[in-house]
Amino acid sequence: MRSRGIILRGNFLSHYGRQLGTLSGLLGLVVVLWALTPHFLTVSNLLNVAEQATIIAIVAVGMTFVIITAGIDLSVGSVLAFAGVVMASLLHAGLPLPLALAAGLGTGLLCGVVNGLLITVGRLPPFIATLGMMSVARGSALMFTEGRPISGFPESFRSLATGDVMGIPVPVVIMLVVYAIAHFVLRRTKLGRYTYAIGGNEEAALLSGINVKLYKTMVYGLAGMLSGLAAILLTARLNSAQPIAGMNYELDAIAATVIGGTSLLGGEGTVVGTLIGALIMAVLRNGLNLLGVSSFIQQVVIGSVIIAAVLIDMWLKRRGK
Amino acid sequence: MTDAPVLEMRHIRKTFPGVVALDDVDFELRRGEVHILLGENGAGKSTLMKILSGAYQKSAGQIIFDDAEVEIKNPKHAQTLGISTIYQEFNLIPHLSVGENIFLGREPARMPGLIDQRAIFQAATRALNDLGLTLDPRRLVKELRVAEQQMVEVAKALSLDARILIMDEPTAALTEHEIGELFTTIRKLKEKGVSIVYISHRMEELFEIGDRVTVLRDGRTVGTYDVRGMSKSELIRLMVNRELTELFPKERVTRGAEVLRVEGLSTKDGLKDISFSLHKGEVLGISGLLGAGRTELARAIFGLDKITSGTIYINGERRRINSPRAAINSGIGFLTEDRKSQGLVLPLSVKENLCLPSVDKFSSWGVMDSGKEERAADGYVKELRIKTPNLNQKVVFLSGGNQQKVVLSKWLCCEAEVFIFDEPTRGVDVGAKTEIYQLMNRLTAAGVAIIMISSEMLEVLGMSDRVLVMRAGSIACEFNDGEATQERILQCALGE
Ligand SMILES: Nc1ncnc2c1ncn2[C@@H]1O[C@H](COP(=O)(O)OP(=O)(O)OP(=O)(O)O)[C@@H](O)[C@H]1O
Ligand SMILES: [Mg+2]
Repeated sequence: MRSRGIILRGNFLSHYGRQLGTLSGLLGLVVVLWALTPHFLTVSNLLNVAEQATIIAIVAVGMTFVIITAGIDLSVGSVLAFAGVVMASLLHAGLPLPLALAAGLGTGLLCGVVNGLLITVGRLPPFIATLGMMSVARGSALMFTEGRPISGFPESFRSLATGDVMGIPVPVVIMLVVYAIAHFVLRRTKLGRYTYAIGGNEEAALLSGINVKLYKTMVYGLAGMLSGLAAILLTARLNSAQPIAGMNYELDAIAATVIGGTSLLGGEGTVVGTLIGALIMAVLRNGLNLLGVSSFIQQVVIGSVIIAAVLIDMWLKRRGK
Repeated sequence: MTDAPVLEMRHIRKTFPGVVALDDVDFELRRGEVHILLGENGAGKSTLMKILSGAYQKSAGQIIFDDAEVEIKNPKHAQTLGISTIYQEFNLIPHLSVGENIFLGREPARMPGLIDQRAIFQAATRALNDLGLTLDPRRLVKELRVAEQQMVEVAKALSLDARILIMDEPTAALTEHEIGELFTTIRKLKEKGVSIVYISHRMEELFEIGDRVTVLRDGRTVGTYDVRGMSKSELIRLMVNRELTELFPKERVTRGAEVLRVEGLSTKDGLKDISFSLHKGEVLGISGLLGAGRTELARAIFGLDKITSGTIYINGERRRINSPRAAINSGIGFLTEDRKSQGLVLPLSVKENLCLPSVDKFSSWGVMDSGKEERAADGYVKELRIKTPNLNQKVVFLSGGNQQKVVLSKWLCCEAEVFIFDEPTRGVDVGAKTEIYQLMNRLTAAGVAIIMISSEMLEVLGMSDRVLVMRAGSIACEFNDGEATQERILQCALGE
């Protein structure tokens, strides 16, 4: 009696319907670029695109967690630079590689935890806290290096960027592992559940006994640590740690996240979407480069794509009424 | 009252992805009548009214207004037609005055862009006087009581020349006295020829204020009847299509050992020297007027508000409860009164909301066991008859009463020893109310203790073993089993 008029629907579509939309956007883009320049769809170019996407894609994972909690992290790019130079100088000082890597991750983690504490204990709005950190971390990186890049690393370190696993570049493998873990964490762990709950309704989360301060701090810490990871990969690729690295990465990461369907209002979003978002941005850049489009025009195109993606998303959501 | 219909809705159908909310609904509204919409949780009452007020678009059917077919495009369009809605969440701007709110968006101006404040307040005073209200139009909306805010909404609707006024559960957040005020206003509106659609789960109200009633069941019209000549049990039968046993099926349990004792509790938020104890198997009703400190008491026990003095004992042991987590760990569950802002995470699914406070039960090493979680959630959905297409439906899409059931299950799932229920049956239909009461019986039979805060006098009288009445932040009276009556509670609450 009660179930009259109710049609059961598989939960696959309700979870991933939005991603299928973004994915078809990405595939459409690929087809168009393939038609325009045959070189686009070669294995070597696609690997190149994936490699280009890795740094932003990894930073965007942290950003996705943060945005799901209804927060924002403007400091990821600067933290990347700071973590990079700290690690590089330790490597130059002769610290063993694993310790130097740990120091890179740790520097990012530390910056993120400070963000988290400013937001939870200090009760600062995330925008303000991370805006401050953005400047502090960048300034620290510049002070630390007196504005000069730190270059030249042993082969063991550089192989993090140059090596491959069965033909797939190591950074791409690392990125995929990060995404797999992040997806698992969001969908299947307590941390993931709490991340959504805090963003969806912080008060209800608190009243459900969730230690909101702790978990929010963890999420910002995670975002910082992933910036540290991105710093390692970028430094290895460039064979140089630059205090001005990662400029505007926060904006690219936010864009990838938002194109991927994560709501800035919090409580919603997936890393699968973010990965597609990051790939769309990388494919677009790569395609435009192959087509010889000037970098000025590229900026206009990319900005328009971001706006269009979000407009379409909102339109699709409204259609349900 | 004349019999001419101002509005007819014919064969209305509305589907959402995966859900048929309205199947084939007919509804007719006459001039100057109070027309009750009755139906179980999820029957489609709010959806029907959202179509009328332009918030949703119908999937099929006709709307005939003033003898002409209309397509209501959006809320603004509905307003220009003379259809206004008082939503449960008010659409007022808290930092503006009453007058400014009433004329928001159509401020009288002497010059373009320059608001004529004097004219606003004069016109607002007139609009309020029209309703027999003596509210100062210069007061800020945020300083008003809920009931007063509602009156401002009514005045605003009238100043828009509303001919149809929709009220969806307007009394859910009001005290008995305020409900009386609202009814006086509604009678004034009727005299002016305004037609009112009134949705409520409180059956007593329907007989007091309604002229006709339309019963919906599972998205279909069962029928429209004159309220006079109908009995409560007949209406309930039409509504739920099954026999209901008595409304308050209270079963007494022999009182066990003391589980909770509060001694000399005071807070910054106005609680003064509160002491009481609670025993296993007992339902302790807490009554009192709005603002008497009932919710504050619950918040203090649950570790939300800072306690300035006093102690809490659980099973005879002194506990420091300074966060909800600590309270939950001490075996306390708290069902908050405001489900949207405090009870639910709206963008999350039924399953995810249900298991939120007890995530630890469904995870090991931080990894969720989704099978276990799903089985538990499914059990509660069946037990409380939560109407949802599946466990992964976002709670934002459930009807109000079904959302309330999700909040309730969320705490049941937590298996607390002491439950604080703040308005547990708000917005829940009669059938489900009885089910919730039966559930309370089962809990107390299992030795759980319940503190029930409620503004519904009948519920307090019908389900409590003992009743505490609060006034101005203190406990004013205590009634043991059988001592409490409606008059005595009210007298004590008012301090007479
Ligand atoms: N936006 C929506 N998306 C999906 N389903 C919806 C949406 N709005 C309502 N529904 C479904 O339509 C049905 C009718 O809901 P509605 O809110 O009209 O019930 P109601 O009669 O007002 O119930 P209540 O007494 O609990 O408030 C419910 O099953 C609900 O889950
Ligand atoms: Mg409703």
